[in-house]
Parts: sequence; C-alpha cells; structure tokens
Amino acid sequence: MSTNNLKLIENPKGKFSNYLGLGLAITGILILLMAPTILTQYYVYLLATVFTTALLATSLNLVLGYGGLLHLHHGVFFGVGAYTVAIVTTKTSWPFAVAVMLAPLVAALIALVIGWFCVRLRGLYFGMLTLALGQLVWAIVYRWNALTNGDNGIHAIPVPEFLSSINSVYYTTLLILVISLVILYMITKSPFGLTLLATRDNPVRSESVGINVKRHRLTAFVIAGFFAGISGVLFVLVERSVAPSLLFWNESAEVLIMCLMGGLTVFMGPMLGAGILVLISMIVGLYTEYWLLVLGLLLLFLVLFLPQGILGYLMEIYNKSQTRRGEN
Amino acid sequence: MDFATLASQFFIGLSRGMIFFIVSAGLTLIFGVLRITNFAHGALYMIGAFIAYSVSTLFGQGPYGFWLALLVAPLVVMFVSLVIERGLLRFIYNRDHLIQMLLTYSLVLIAGDLVKIIWGTEYKSMDIPNVLRGSFNLWGASLPWYNAFLLIVGPVVALGLWLFLSKTHLGKICRATATDREMVDVLGINSTRVFATVFALGGWLAGLGGALIAPTTTISMGMDASIIIYAFLIVVIGGLGNIWGALISSIIMGVGEAFGILFIPGVAIIIPYIIAGVLLILRPSGLLKSAW
Repeated sequence: MSTNNLKLIENPKGKFSNYLGLGLAITGILILLMAPTILTQYYVYLLATVFTTALLATSLNLVLGYGGLLHLHHGVFFGVGAYTVAIVTTKTSWPFAVAVMLAPLVAALIALVIGWFCVRLRGLYFGMLTLALGQLVWAIVYRWNALTNGDNGIHAIPVPEFLSSINSVYYTTLLILVISLVILYMITKSPFGLTLLATRDNPVRSESVGINVKRHRLTAFVIAGFFAGISGVLFVLVERSVAPSLLFWNESAEVLIMCLMGGLTVFMGPMLGAGILVLISMIVGLYTEYWLLVLGLLLLFLVLFLPQGILGYLMEIYNKSQTRRGEN
Repeated sequence: MDFATLASQFFIGLSRGMIFFIVSAGLTLIFGVLRITNFAHGALYMIGAFIAYSVSTLFGQGPYGFWLALLVAPLVVMFVSLVIERGLLRFIYNRDHLIQMLLTYSLVLIAGDLVKIIWGTEYKSMDIPNVLRGSFNLWGASLPWYNAFLLIVGPVVALGLWLFLSKTHLGKICRATATDREMVDVLGINSTRVFATVFALGGWLAGLGGALIAPTTTISMGMDASIIIYAFLIVVIGGLGNIWGALISSIIMGVGEAFGILFIPGVAIIIPYIIAGVLLILRPSGLLKSAW
C-alpha cells in the first residue's frame, strides 16, 4: 500500500485560465489597497492577520499540496521566525532590519535540520517525525527561559517609527505578502516546481529517471520554512508579542485546515482558506466562546462533503463547463 | 544519587509507562487494523478521566466509587467510540491519511468544547481509594501503592490483549486484517464487524487509561493534547500497529521521562521528543516490525 502520496491531490484536473487568475489577483489587490480608507481600524488589523496566516498556509502548501508530503508541524517555522525577530530586537542592540532579515534565514536553517532527517522517511512516518521534531523545538522554546522568556513569551516588541500605525502595518504586510506570493507562484511554475510535482505523483519513476527525490523534497521543505519565517515576521509586526503556543502542534493543525478548506490543488486555495477561517473565528467569537466546537463541525463537514476544498470544487465545476463548451 | 532514589524513580517511570501502554495499545490496534490515524484517541482518554471523576463523585468519593469508575468509564467511552465509528469513520476508510487525520482532529475540537460544556472549566480531582493510598518500602526507596497497582494493571491488560489477539477467533481475524486486508475480504469475512469491534476496544483502552490516570493528576481540559502526542510517538517508534512495540516504547518513554525529571528537571519536558526523534532517525520504520 502506497502511503507516499496524498491521493486527494493526484492528477489535478486542469486549471483556471491564466487571464482569469491574473484578473482576479489584480482586482483583489486593488480592493485591498483601498480597504483601509473605508474600514475601521479593527477590520484593518483583522485583514493584516489574514495576510500573515495566508502566507503561512500558502508556504505549507508547497510541501503539502505540491510536494505531497504529510507535513504536520509547519507552525514551528512560523514561530521560529517570530521569535527570532522578538529575541534580536529585545536582547541585542542590532537594528530592526537585521532582525527582519535574520528571521526567515533562521527559520530556513531549522527547516533544513528538521527536513534533513524527515525526508528519509515516507508517508505517515514522515508526518510523525515532523511532529516529534517540531514539538522538540516547541519544548525548547517553552523551557529556555533565559533566551525566550519561557511560557510568558515576549511582549511589547519595539518596531520602527514608520510601523506605529495599523494602516502602515497593513500596507507593509500586504506588500510583503504579494511579493512572497509572486515568488512562491514562480517557484511552483519553475522546472523545480514541476519536478516536485513529478516526485509527488510518482516518486519511484522520478527516482529512476535520475531525479534526486530526497533533495527536491528537502529543498521544498526549506523554501516553505523560509516563507513561514517571513510570515512569522509579519505576525510580530501585527501583534508585537510572541508566545510559545505559536509553536504548539494545534496551531499547525489549524493551518492544515486552512489548506484543506481552500483546496490543496489550487495555488490560491490555502489563502482563501486562511481568510475564511480568520473571519469566521472573528464572527463566531462575537456570539459564543465555543469557537473550537464550530471549527470542529466545520472541519467535519469539509472532510465528509468537500474534501477537495472550496476552490477545488469551483475548479471542478469550471472545468466541467469548459469541457461541455468544447463538446458543443 | 543513591540506588534507592534511582530504583524508586525507575518504578515510577515504569508505572507511567503502563499508562502510556494502555492508551497507545488502543491507538496502535486501531492503526494496524483500521489504518486510521486517530487523533481523537487523546480526547477519548480525557473523556474517560472526566467520567471516572463523575462516577466517583456520585458515590461521594467513597471506597466503591473508584472501582465503579474504573468499570464504568471505559465502557461509556467504548460506547462513544462505537458511535463515532459507525456514524463517521466508516465513510472515510478509503481516503488518504490527511483526510482521516483531519476528521479525527475535528472530533478532538468538538470533544474539547463538549467536555467544557458538560463539566465546566475548573480543575477536578479524584481520590485514590483507601486500599491503594500511602506507599511501601522497596530496597530503601518508597514506592506509592497506586504506582504498584498500575504496574500490575499494565501487564494484565497486555496479557488480556495477547490472549484476545492470539487465542480468540475474532482476534485472529484482527491480526489477519492488519497483515493483509484484501485477503481477509476475499475469504468472505465481514470486516465491518471487525472494524467496529477494534475501534470500540481501542476506545475502551483509552477510557481505561483515562480512568487510571484520573486519581493521580488534576483532571482538566488539555490533558488530551499532551497524551496524544506521546501516544503517537510511542506507536510510531514501536512500529505502526505492533502492540509489543508499543509496550517496549511506552516503557522507554515512561522511564526516560522519569529519569529526565530526576536528573535535569528544568528541561525534562523535551526528553520524550528527543527519545522519539533519535529512535526514529536510528530505526525509521520503528523498533519492531510494523503490522503494515
């Protein structure tokens, strides 16, 4: 029994036309640029949170959807990135820019170390080792009081003057998000990205035509870690505090849910999932304290009835209509 | 560090390993036969602990409360598991790991809030019955009676599982299903009944683990999150689906954790993850042969 691939995402059925995707993206960005002029501060803050999680979810999908690897603990690299900024700004006198540039690099380094061990394993064992090593990082952060402030976390992280208003934070996170997404998109369309798809769909054949499967998986893992680190930086810009719970495994599970909700087969899927989940949690939070119950029921529905995700489902409908038009 | 301290810490670790074993035996059984990665196992364990608390409180924490709780809680959890298996799990047996995992994870989220609604958020505690209170001397070290009790329960459960799997008809079918499911189907055996039985048995074990841990700890929300990671690691380093592998790695984890607390109390929390990481790197497919 092959446990190597996620059956769900084998053979993605076609894609949206490029013009449609580009048009949607540009419209989306224009709307988001205008948004702070009409929204209240709270919603601007909320959208900035969405940007942070959207980048995290999209970076996870490089490994999960494109690499077909059961990566269960991506939140670690996010947390490491956030903690790097927090520690460098509060414990050293280095400039803020250094902290920001160091964060994704440290996250990528941790991803290299964890990934180096994980890519040797397959299927569930891969997932379990990501979980074990990720929890190890969490435990270290949780316990290393001198460096990380233990379970208190680090609060009131100083940020530069120009990031003092929520609107400037909003535009900064949006800019970094868009740049990161463009790079990630280009990676998925590059020869590397296409080879990664091949190692997902048929690792044995890929190996036999001379592709170094492990190295491709490790590279994807490190790239994903790097962008998760960037997402951690954005988190610090928005929240200005970090806590060890960022690295606990249930945070990572929530990111997995975002990917599934939007659709693993579509580049924009995890982003949509992140947006929907953050907004729903906000709305549900207004009415009840039992947000996790609602999330659980939502997830149950998704798993049983919409496993291909919202965008995956829309794409199926779109493709069907295209084929019908082709027949006529 | 004298010998007595080491010995007593060793036995405490061993008895904690017994709890790990009881919980992870259920998980590994479900892994092996149903091929489901059951995140909800920790939630079932938590529910077991809460029900044990309720039953024992019903009897005013009296002498019979504990024993009745030990009987009732696993049975209730077994029933809950049966409902979960028939109501949800059977629809996703052929899906990939991610989907199965997330379905059971949704049950974790739901169970967490339901427990909050039913039992409230304040910490609960449950008394150890009089017979098992206090401690006795073992080579100069004091060992609590309750830990000694766990050291008896663990092997009894292991023996019971061994008898079930190797001596009963249903148990043999379970093992056959874990080894080669298609052949079992071809032979015309009704795998539905096997799946339901195994999941219910797994739930019973989780409930038993929860009921056994209840008197020794504060019963609280979040006790599912810590045990499930341990149980998963134990199951994987023991070899997926292999009960004896789970027994060995439970003991390694329990004793390792106990010595970690003794020697490096500040960072003892990272010991199980280091053990798991090292063992997985040294033996990527588990200590013993996986059932798959």
